Amino acid sequence: MKTCLVVDDSRVIRKVARRILENLQFEVLEANDGLEALNMCKDKMPAAVLLDWNMPVMDGITFLRQLRKEDGGKDPIVVFCTTENDLAHITEALTEGASEYIMKPFDGEILEAKFSEVGLI
Amino acid sequence: MTPEDIDHLAATLKTRSGLILGSDKTYLIESRLAPVARREGFANVSALLTALRTKRDEKLMTTVTDAMTTNETFFFRDKVPFDQFRSDVLPALARTRINGDIKVWCAACSTGQEPYSLAMLMDEMRMIYPRVSLDILATDISDRCLEKAQSGLYTQFEVQRGLPIQMMVKHFEKIDEMWRISPKIRQSVRFKKLNLLDDLRLIGRQDVVYCRNVLIYFDLETKRRVLEQIANLLPDDGYLFLGAAETVLGITESFKPMQGMRGLYIKNQASQNSARPLRVGTA
Repeated sequence: MKTCLVVDDSRVIRKVARRILENLQFEVLEANDGLEALNMCKDKMPAAVLLDWNMPVMDGITFLRQLRKEDGGKDPIVVFCTTENDLAHITEALTEGASEYIMKPFDGEILEAKFSEVGLI
Repeated sequence: MTPEDIDHLAATLKTRSGLILGSDKTYLIESRLAPVARREGFANVSALLTALRTKRDEKLMTTVTDAMTTNETFFFRDKVPFDQFRSDVLPALARTRINGDIKVWCAACSTGQEPYSLAMLMDEMRMIYPRVSLDILATDISDRCLEKAQSGLYTQFEVQRGLPIQMMVKHFEKIDEMWRISPKIRQSVRFKKLNLLDDLRLIGRQDVVYCRNVLIYFDLETKRRVLEQIANLLPDDGYLFLGAAETVLGITESFKPMQGMRGLYIKNQASQNSARPLRVGTA
């Protein structure tokens, strides 16, 4: 079973994402911000990260840059999931090594399609 | 809704679009036509149906037909028909079409995602096939769908269904809360209004036909007529793509499934003699 780390400061979003991902046979871990997520990744790298952009303590793009510098940090497939929906943000995310990008609001169908696009399912 | 009104609606839809309204479709009628009834100033769907039966208002009939036909589509829908185009159809045609001209017809293109997906796919393949030029014709019965297709404007929800983010970044620009496909991709598709019940000879010769998820709404006789007309537009080495839930088996001998290629059909040479030839130059 693949592990997906859901990083979002909204408990509701984490819960929605968890339900969708568990239906897609993922083991789901949750983090409230980028720093908490980074510490969890240092402990054990997940197969996938579903990543919000704007969060307290450490935002998503900073997390991504830090992650890629870690040992084995290039392995996780990172999919952004954020309300930021302009080309500048999307391009920056892709440049920093995100594989896909979901613009909120999202649903199960979009998440499944994006995860399938990057070969996670 | 009275049975007379429903029967009349069913007959209207069948003559105008080929759509077969199955039994017990009250829910479908209600959900599709409630917005139309509101927009056109009727008290409810029943009032709209009665007006449709008694007034014979051409514009209203078009609006209702439009609303009742299914326009569900998304970019790279089902993925497989596009992978097959890239891996098999395009290489084969690029070899045999010396002048590089390949004609593709998307029958029932709805809001344009299918032809635009092909145009974007071709754009990716340009380096490999520099001499190939894809002539994409996209048709639909619905004015509303064609208008949207031609505008190239899609909602955030629509650009996230099936479209890889790299392609979105490459080919779309954001306009307020909508996303617009680039002029380059938009200009590589010709849109035209067409009813599949009409004489399809005016479409002219094609190399590839995408006719997906439309035959399922037709009765057997209509399916056969459309498929045989498509066969007449295709050369012996042409290709037909049908939807995942569709087949030619038990309907026509004009096509046969391509081995190992789900949804992809080629012409059945054995039935060539029985197929009516495409008459060129006759009225």
